[in-house]
Amino acid sequence: MTDANSTPNARDASLVVDTELGVDDVEALNVATLTPLQMAWRRYWRHKAAAVSTVIMAFLLIVVLFAPLTARYGINEQVLKIEEGNNIFLSPRKLAWFGTDDIGHDMYSRLIWGIRTSLFIGVVSAILSVVIGTAAGALAGLYGGWFDDLMMRVTDIFLAFPFFVAVVVARAALGNIKWITDIVGEISSIKFIIFLFALFGWMGVARLVRGQVLALKEREFIEAARAVGAGNPRIIVTHLLPNSIGPILVALTLSVIGAIVAESTLAFFGLGPQPGADSTSLGKLVELSREGAKQGNWWLVVFPCGALVLLAICINFIGDGLRDAVDAKLDSVK
Amino acid sequence: MTASLLSLRNLVVSFKTPNGTVQAVRGVDIDVAPGEMVGVVGESGSGKSVTFLGILGLLPHTARISGSATVEGVELVGASNKVMRGVRGKKIAMIFQDPLSSLNPVYRVGDQVAEMIRAHQEVSRSEASARAVELLDIVGIPQPKVRARQYPHEFSGGMRQRVMIAMAIANDPEVLIADEPTTALDVTVQAQILEVIQRIQRDMKKAIVMITHDLGVIARVADRVQVMYAGRVVERANVNDLFATPTHPYTVGLLHSLPRAGQDRLEPIPGRPPNMLQPPAGCAFRARCPHAAAVCATSLPELQPYAHSMTACVRIKEIDVAAMSGVTA
Amino acid sequence: MLRFIVRRLLWLPLTILLVTFIVYCAVRTGWHPEQTYKRANPRASQAKVAEYLKVNGLYKGFTGFVRGYFEWFWRFIQGPDHWPRSIKGRSLVYPPLRYAIFNTLRLAGISSLLGWGLGLSIGTIAARKPGSWFDSIANTGAFFLGAIPPFVSGVALQLIFAVELGWFPVAGIYPPGHQGFDLGLMAKHLVLPVTVVTIQVVSAYSRYMRASLLEVRSSDFVRTARAKGLSERAVLFRHGVRNALIPIVTVLAIDIGGLLGGLIITEAIFNYPGMGVYFIKAITNGDIPQLMPYLVITIISVLIFNLIADVSYAYLDPRIRLD
Ligand SMILES: Nc1ncnc2c1ncn2[C@@H]1O[C@H](COP(=O)(O)OP(=O)(O)OP(=O)(O)O)[C@@H](O)[C@H]1O
Ligand SMILES: [Mg+2]
Repeated sequence: MTDANSTPNARDASLVVDTELGVDDVEALNVATLTPLQMAWRRYWRHKAAAVSTVIMAFLLIVVLFAPLTARYGINEQVLKIEEGNNIFLSPRKLAWFGTDDIGHDMYSRLIWGIRTSLFIGVVSAILSVVIGTAAGALAGLYGGWFDDLMMRVTDIFLAFPFFVAVVVARAALGNIKWITDIVGEISSIKFIIFLFALFGWMGVARLVRGQVLALKEREFIEAARAVGAGNPRIIVTHLLPNSIGPILVALTLSVIGAIVAESTLAFFGLGPQPGADSTSLGKLVELSREGAKQGNWWLVVFPCGALVLLAICINFIGDGLRDAVDAKLDSVK
Repeated sequence: MTASLLSLRNLVVSFKTPNGTVQAVRGVDIDVAPGEMVGVVGESGSGKSVTFLGILGLLPHTARISGSATVEGVELVGASNKVMRGVRGKKIAMIFQDPLSSLNPVYRVGDQVAEMIRAHQEVSRSEASARAVELLDIVGIPQPKVRARQYPHEFSGGMRQRVMIAMAIANDPEVLIADEPTTALDVTVQAQILEVIQRIQRDMKKAIVMITHDLGVIARVADRVQVMYAGRVVERANVNDLFATPTHPYTVGLLHSLPRAGQDRLEPIPGRPPNMLQPPAGCAFRARCPHAAAVCATSLPELQPYAHSMTACVRIKEIDVAAMSGVTA
Repeated sequence: MLRFIVRRLLWLPLTILLVTFIVYCAVRTGWHPEQTYKRANPRASQAKVAEYLKVNGLYKGFTGFVRGYFEWFWRFIQGPDHWPRSIKGRSLVYPPLRYAIFNTLRLAGISSLLGWGLGLSIGTIAARKPGSWFDSIANTGAFFLGAIPPFVSGVALQLIFAVELGWFPVAGIYPPGHQGFDLGLMAKHLVLPVTVVTIQVVSAYSRYMRASLLEVRSSDFVRTARAKGLSERAVLFRHGVRNALIPIVTVLAIDIGGLLGGLIITEAIFNYPGMGVYFIKAITNGDIPQLMPYLVITIISVLIFNLIADVSYAYLDPRIRLD
């Protein structure tokens, strides 16, 4: 191994040197003195596209979080009263930066409200998927045996459906089961769509975490054979988090954008959530853009789709940057 | 000493990394004569591997290499792909540390040896296969015909290393470079592999460069020794002289850190090797050297003759070599 | 390995039975048979409705589901002639389904082959010199294109090249009213949908291949191969690409399995009469007799190709032992 940060292995014992003594005068500059977290941080920011994306996303988040201030108009507010002049389908202008829709809503403001909802959908369903996936994977890996087999079969069954087909069919079916809609809300609610995405989004993380647990178990086993006692679940759980947090974080990021795009796709087919009278979502705006396209109102198409693509690119790059940050190999540059 | 077969002159290798330039090898001169076994020893990170991977162009593209390395008069530094390909495996063959990862897991062992043959000789597929089986036999693999059809993961560590050796000698090269061939192996297997290598040197009259951490290995097989520290050769001596009268303080430290009879504690060299992103001016060892003085920081010490050895210590005449020596392996 | 395949093949019917039962229940719950039938045939008499329910075995309650499922299943495996007829006009389900399958296979086949060929080549060239201009452009390009949701790129291409420029037809596979087979005409209709799908495939596979090959190229055995004095070509293909393809072939097999059900978005945008459009139509009408074969075929294709993925992995990597 030509790994710059590798520690000498046990066989190097004859040449192992004591780090406590005689620190070299240039030692302070040694990269190896950074903590792993600091190294990961450095690797992350070294990814230029990820850095730029982070800044953009941070800006967007601020705008979206302070939507009551940053949006120029209220969610259902018209740019001007209809008596004062035509307010529908205005092309972009000072009054409405991104133009207006069929009822005189300001697209710029709607977009901010929409991104707010979509980010919420994305983040919450991503977190839910990751939590379910981590729990399922960890339990399967820890207990092994028939339980592991069962969990993996269940995962296989969930994976047997293409995502879109699964979501559409499950949406119809679960939306007709009363006790489910009682808990997770009506079929067209945002809660319901989040539930659907979580339901079909956990399998990847489950497999990943299960793999990590099995690898850890193996290591534990080897170490346990050397030292005393057997590998115990507690050790694995306490080791699991620090070891798998990286890949899980990457999966989390990517499933945020996965959910956002999925919401828009469903909405594009008229199957998206109806955020209700005083809310909107990117998907809703995308759905309306179909009409916009037919009537030649380009701003109704360009801005929502543009926002979606921007989000997709930024979040993907952030995921890529995180992948770099997690990958310690990058510092040795083989 | 006869004319040298492989000769490195002022070899310099550096790596561009995101953290700066790593100066892994900083001016190395080494000669290897036909039929001799040259030991190269030093701590992890001292540049042993990089030196020899460098001359064969086997480093990643981030490496920059300068100076000169010739084998039978053919210059390797800056050589064309074509020249390099004719040297690799034909004139100079390598044996690596980790025989499992060094063999391609998806091809049969025999095929991998045969591939080496066919890279340099115009022979048919079946001839190469037959020859591969012979080579496996030579390096002491039982049932070579059967084993040739197996995959690397079906072999034990020692057997894999034998395969690597079989591959290395397939084209009857002039020089074999063994980069820590025993480090990844069990102690009992280490001795067997060393025996195979020694037998090859004896029977086939090969020059061998034995790179290792392990002074025990050096003592056992090497004729001459190069001690490397922080990308430079700091001492060069015949193996007996090295153990009887080490001249460089670093060598002394290494010998002291060896387990010896009647001593219950190892004395490791204090401190650790310098950061090769910014190697210190002057002698790189001075921060850890018990004999360091102001003069050590002034210039990079060159190898100079002292007693029977060559040593890169400017204070060699002042320090009490007699007190340092007396260490026997 | 043979034992593994046999065992998995024995398991397969069981899995299919279980999954199709789940699907049957989901469809029965999701689309109320009586309501959908009345919606599709507003003037149908009560007797007709009852006949529809009876012929299709659409009984109520859990036991009704189970009984209905087995009746449906029995008819399903007897072959297309025995399949329940569609909700509207009692037409045969199989001919339009077959038509849709072939259309999807055509679209998927062309774009996948194009996409794999291009993607794997681009990934290979990029990984040969990481950091080179080709690598940077290809990698960033793949990243951007891959991040664009297919319905956005689909609509964009449609608006630009069909609506505005008029170079290609907006939708369909033939102009309305066209009869018979016409390769040129079909090709013209295929250009845009194929482009949308190919973009996705290229961007995914070029990135897989690049990552996988980079990983392999930094491994010790590639160094050994170079130390042997092999030509760069031999090192790249025999020891680099060959090993890099192992994980990719697995992904590829899984992707093929999902193809039948997976081009819904593109097909819908271009109103391309494939499985996606068939599916959308079936769910909109709540046409259970049409929906079930679609879902079952899609799922069986996924399950079989997942098995193929496992087997091909073991076949390509001798270290993997399946049993
Ligand atoms: N690809 C690389 N990029 C950056 N630095 C490298 C690279 N390869 C090696 N180095 C650095 O070069 C120096 C010499 O490494 P080398 O592998 O030659 O050491 P070595 O003496 O063989 O040690 P070991 O006993 O661990 O094999 C080390 O500081 C190492 O970190
Ligand atoms: Mg080394």
